[in-house]
Formats: sequence, C-alpha cells, structure tokens
Amino acid sequence: MSGTKTLILGAVAYDPKVVTIWDGFQRHFALHHLPFDYVLYSNYESQVEAHFRGHLHVAWNSPLAWIQSQRIAAALGRKAEAVAMRDSDRDLTSVILVRADSGIHEVADLRGKRIAVGAQDSPQATLIPLGRLASLGIEPNTDCEVLPFDLVPGKHGDHIGGERVAVRALLRGDAEAACILDANHLLFSQEGTLPSGATRILDRTPPYDHCNFTVLDGAPQALVAEFQRLLFAMSYADPLLRPLLDLEGLKQWLPGRTSGYAQLEAAVTRLGAIDAFVEQVAAQCG
Amino acid sequence: MRVDLGDLGFDEGGHLLVKRALRAAAPGEAVEVTGGAPEMALHLEVWCRAEGHRCARGREGVLIVSPGAAEAARWKGAEPAGHADPRRPGAVAERAPLRWGLAARGATVEAGSPEFDFRLTGKAEVWADTAAALYAQAAAAQWNPATAIPWDAAFDLPAEVEDAVVQIMTYLVENETAALIVPSRFLAQLHPHFREVMQLLAVQAADEARHVEVFTRRALLKRDRLGLSTAGGQASLKTLVDEPEFAIAAFLLSVLGEGSFLVLLWFLERHAPDPVTEAVARLAAQDEARHVAFGLAHLRRRLEEDPGFRSRLSLAVRQRHEALRHTAGLNREVFDALLVVAAGGWDPGQLRLGHRRVMGLLADMDAARRNHLRRLGFADEEAAELSGLHTRNFM
Repeated sequence: MSGTKTLILGAVAYDPKVVTIWDGFQRHFALHHLPFDYVLYSNYESQVEAHFRGHLHVAWNSPLAWIQSQRIAAALGRKAEAVAMRDSDRDLTSVILVRADSGIHEVADLRGKRIAVGAQDSPQATLIPLGRLASLGIEPNTDCEVLPFDLVPGKHGDHIGGERVAVRALLRGDAEAACILDANHLLFSQEGTLPSGATRILDRTPPYDHCNFTVLDGAPQALVAEFQRLLFAMSYADPLLRPLLDLEGLKQWLPGRTSGYAQLEAAVTRLGAIDAFVEQVAAQCG
Repeated sequence: MRVDLGDLGFDEGGHLLVKRALRAAAPGEAVEVTGGAPEMALHLEVWCRAEGHRCARGREGVLIVSPGAAEAARWKGAEPAGHADPRRPGAVAERAPLRWGLAARGATVEAGSPEFDFRLTGKAEVWADTAAALYAQAAAAQWNPATAIPWDAAFDLPAEVEDAVVQIMTYLVENETAALIVPSRFLAQLHPHFREVMQLLAVQAADEARHVEVFTRRALLKRDRLGLSTAGGQASLKTLVDEPEFAIAAFLLSVLGEGSFLVLLWFLERHAPDPVTEAVARLAAQDEARHVAFGLAHLRRRLEEDPGFRSRLSLAVRQRHEALRHTAGLNREVFDALLVVAAGGWDPGQLRLGHRRVMGLLADMDAARRNHLRRLGFADEEAAELSGLHTRNFM
C-alpha cells in the first residue's frame, strides 16, 4: 500500500454524526490537497481486522482497539503507532459509585456484592474499573458479581447507553455499585440521571488515555505525515472546523502518546478479554 | 484570581462561578478554585478537559485552572450585527449579510453561523424610518373582535339591504385575504435584521386576519351563506399576490389599493345600515390607515434615495392596467350592493341619492389616490392619469 495515492481512514459508526464529522474533515483535507477517504465499520473488531488486512491506513481506534492492534502487531512482528489523539483523550478517569446510604465505604466492602458495569468491551465503564478492583483484591466474577449492560457491543463503550442503564440499576437497588466514566458522572449529574446526593464515589481510577489514530508499519508515510500536519494545524478559531471539532469532542489535536494505556493493558491481561480475538486475527493475517 | 464554590455542586451551577472567574482573570492568568461539594474536584477536572482548560491540584485541596485558548478562539471573527437602536448611525446595515441569520440586531454573531435564504436583504428595499413608531401604534391599537363590536345589537334590515351588506362583506373578506397574504409572503423573505419592518408586517397580517374574521361574522349574522366572488375581482387581486417586488407591492397594495379601500371603509361607516356594519368598517379603517402610512413612508424613503424608481412605479400601474384590461374589475353585484346600502331604501329618489353617493365614493377614492401619488412626487397630471388606471376592483 505504500504506493497508494489516497489515505484511507477507518472509523466506527457508533453514532450517525460520524458521517458528518468525516465528510467535513474530508472536505477540509481536500481543500489542503490531501487525498483522503474514509470507511466506516459497525464495530472495532472489524476495523482492527481490516487494518491488518490492509484495507485502511489509519484507524480511529478506541483504547481497546489500540491494545488489540498492538498485540496483533506484536504477534506478527509488525509495529503499531499512535500518531494523534484529541486533547480530550488524555487523562480520563473512571469512578465506582455506590448509593449514598450504602454501607460500602471501601473497595474491600464490595466483596460478594453485585457491580453494574457498561458494555463488556468498554474500557472506561468495564475493563479499567474491573481491572482496578482486581488490583485491589476484588477479583471480578469471583469476589463480586458483575452485571454488564451490553447495549451496543463492538462499540467499545463509545455509546454511553450502557453506563446510563448501569447507574439506573444502582439507583434501583439491582446492583450495589456501578462503574462509569468521570465525564458521564458530570453529565448524569447535570441531566438528573444521578440525583444530587443519591450516590457517592467509592473509588476513582488513576488517569488513563482514550482514543488514538493508529497506523501500522508500511502505511504511506508521506500521506500520514501530511494527515498529522493538517490535524495539528486545525484551529478551534476556524468557523468551518469548529462545528466538526465540537461534534468530535475536542478543542485541539495532539500527538499520539502511549503512556496512558497501562491500566487497560493490565486489565485485559488479567481478564483475558481480547486474547481469542488477537490470536484469531494474527492467525488470519499472518 | 481565586473562587470559592462553597458547598455548591459543579452540576448545580458551580461551573458558572468558575467561568465568571476565568472571564474576570487577566489573559492567561490561572484561577484557584476551592469548594466543599463532594464531587467538585472530579467535575471540575472533567469540565476543564472538555473546555480545553488545564486543571492541576495545588496544596490543601486547591485546584488550579489555567485557561485554554478555545473560549477566545470561539469568538474570534465574531461580528456585531448592527445595533438594536435603529437611530444610531450604522445601526441598520445597508445590506444585511445572510450569515447574520436570525440573530437579534445588535447581537454578536459567531463566525460560521449558517446562511439563511432571505431574499430581502437591502435596507433600501424594505426600510421606513417610521416602522418602529407605526409598529408601536399598531400594537397599542389592537382591538378584540369579541368585545369591540356590538354583535348583540338589535337591528332588522330589509332583506335586500341585508343581502347587499352580505355581498359587500364577501367582497371585503376576499380583498383582506389578499392584503393578509401579500405582507405575509414578504415577511417570510425579509431579513430579520430589519426587525421593525418584520414586526410591522406581522402585525399588519394580524390586522387583516382580524378583518377577515369580523367581516365574515357580520356576513353570517343574519344569513347562513356568503355572497358572490367574481373571476374579475380575483384576477385583480391575483396581480397583487403575484407581485414579486416588495416596493411595487407596497405601492399597488398599500398606497393605491388600501388607500382606496380606506375611503370605502369610511363610506361604509358613514352609510352603514346597522351598528355592526358601522363598527367593523370603522375599526378596520383605523388599521388600514397605518398600512397606507407605512407604504407611503417606505416609498418616500426609497424615492429620496432613487428618484428614478418613480418611473418603475408608474410602469407597474400601467402594466397592471394592461393585465386587467380584459377583466370585469369590480363585480356588478358589489357596485349595486354599495348603491343599495348608500340609498337606504328602494324609493327611486333614495336610489338616485345612493347612486350619487357611490359616484361620490369613486371620486373620493380617486382624490385619495391622486393625493398619495402627489405625496410620492408625481406631478398632478401623471397622478391623475395613474389614478385613473388603477384597478376598478378598488384594491
């Protein structure tokens, strides 16, 4: 693919706005003479597999898709690189909530309790917080019961519906704790899903990073470099770009960094959540 | 800069205090935030991430917010859409940009706002300096059809006179419907930057809606059906509805049409055979006078800026006359109905008087039109000629 003339990006259609976003960026790249097109996938696993099959050059990956890509690349002796991310992808945290009147005051109190989580493949609402609990001595499905709300599988938690339902399960008493992204804690508080004073935060994870644009070795370097240059040059002051940046939830594109994925790495290693998928794609694409 | 949220939750409006402090801080100055709400720190950090600010933890629970560039960037390139007070110099743009869209005149408009497809964007095309005052008058003079008219007044007219009133009301409803549709159509095409004109057109349409209501109600007071609508009358009104240019429509409808109509309503008020007809004619006339005043004010301004436009107005009257040359104009039934109402009875002497009065009405209408045309700068001779070419349907 190194002789290619058009940079192909893969993105997951977790919401109809994804089309608006990438149509808009495609227009912007065309104005700046970067031949660019995009392909949408219904789930991250298809996108990761397509990436290794050479169907696309840059994958707009969830953190879990990044780990999947990294591990498949390692298995194949290839190299995955994170070339850019949003400013809002850095230093996220997740929180473990309990009801305010609950007798649970420390993580150890969750032993034997039922914990509501988001989608099974959600880094922020399932994998990272469960990994956190495991590291603190509460092994999921052994020391506590996990109640997943897998509303939209394959989207790696990009759809927040699962977290909203998990919180409702906590409030209803169907679970004793719930795991959600910090930003959704603020959102749910503002919109009233979390009534003021009804819950408290039992624990909060250390910061971690979220999505990144992933490229594999062999990607067309000049096109990728131009893609990065145009991303980093995007200004929130540009009235044509601002609506797209707002839709994508960022103020500024930043260089990719990979130092913020250690918690997710440890969680998927501990939970074995992606081993089968990694082996399967590595076998098929090797 | 320091701000203490007390025990106010960030989700309860605490973010407003932080935003306020960031606005008050010097450019680039960090704001120290303290607060006792349980999740304040979490929410502040999340909010900063979303807003592009940096948030760091200081000593003793203080959070230090360093402002990002996004807020200032959002308003870069924003522009003021004139000024709310139209009397200020430059308050009303000569050409309102489509990108100002629905923004209130005087608001600051973010760059990149969508362009709206407003067709009437030029001040010269639509403006009158008296629009605000006329709107205020109109808003203050709105009357309630349910209470302003003595619907329950006892009267009993001879059958033919009642029929004549019904025919006149039928004609009035048809004409007022045209007078409602024409400004409404332009209202939807007008750039909202010309707020006072927009408001005036809206209240004008509301006036006509009320007129349609009361004329219909008077017609049905003693009868269960309305009178006749003629092809010629509708052909005349259709030329008004089809007119695409605001100023020409204002001239043909408001100045010549409603100017004539005003005289007709005064005539009906004077010769009304019953108190309900008298009241509906009187109240409608009050409103129509404002419509005429706006049309005249707009055209006088337009002609001051572009005296050559006068020939366009003249041409419009001639073209309309040509278009209607082969139509009947005013329907015979309306003419006869006016005569019957003005006569007040069937005695030959009364009918002769009625006929004389209707002839007087036509002369008064002609005089009113000529007067309006002279106020627009037409010479006496041309004013007389153009008035003579005005539609026989009055409106």
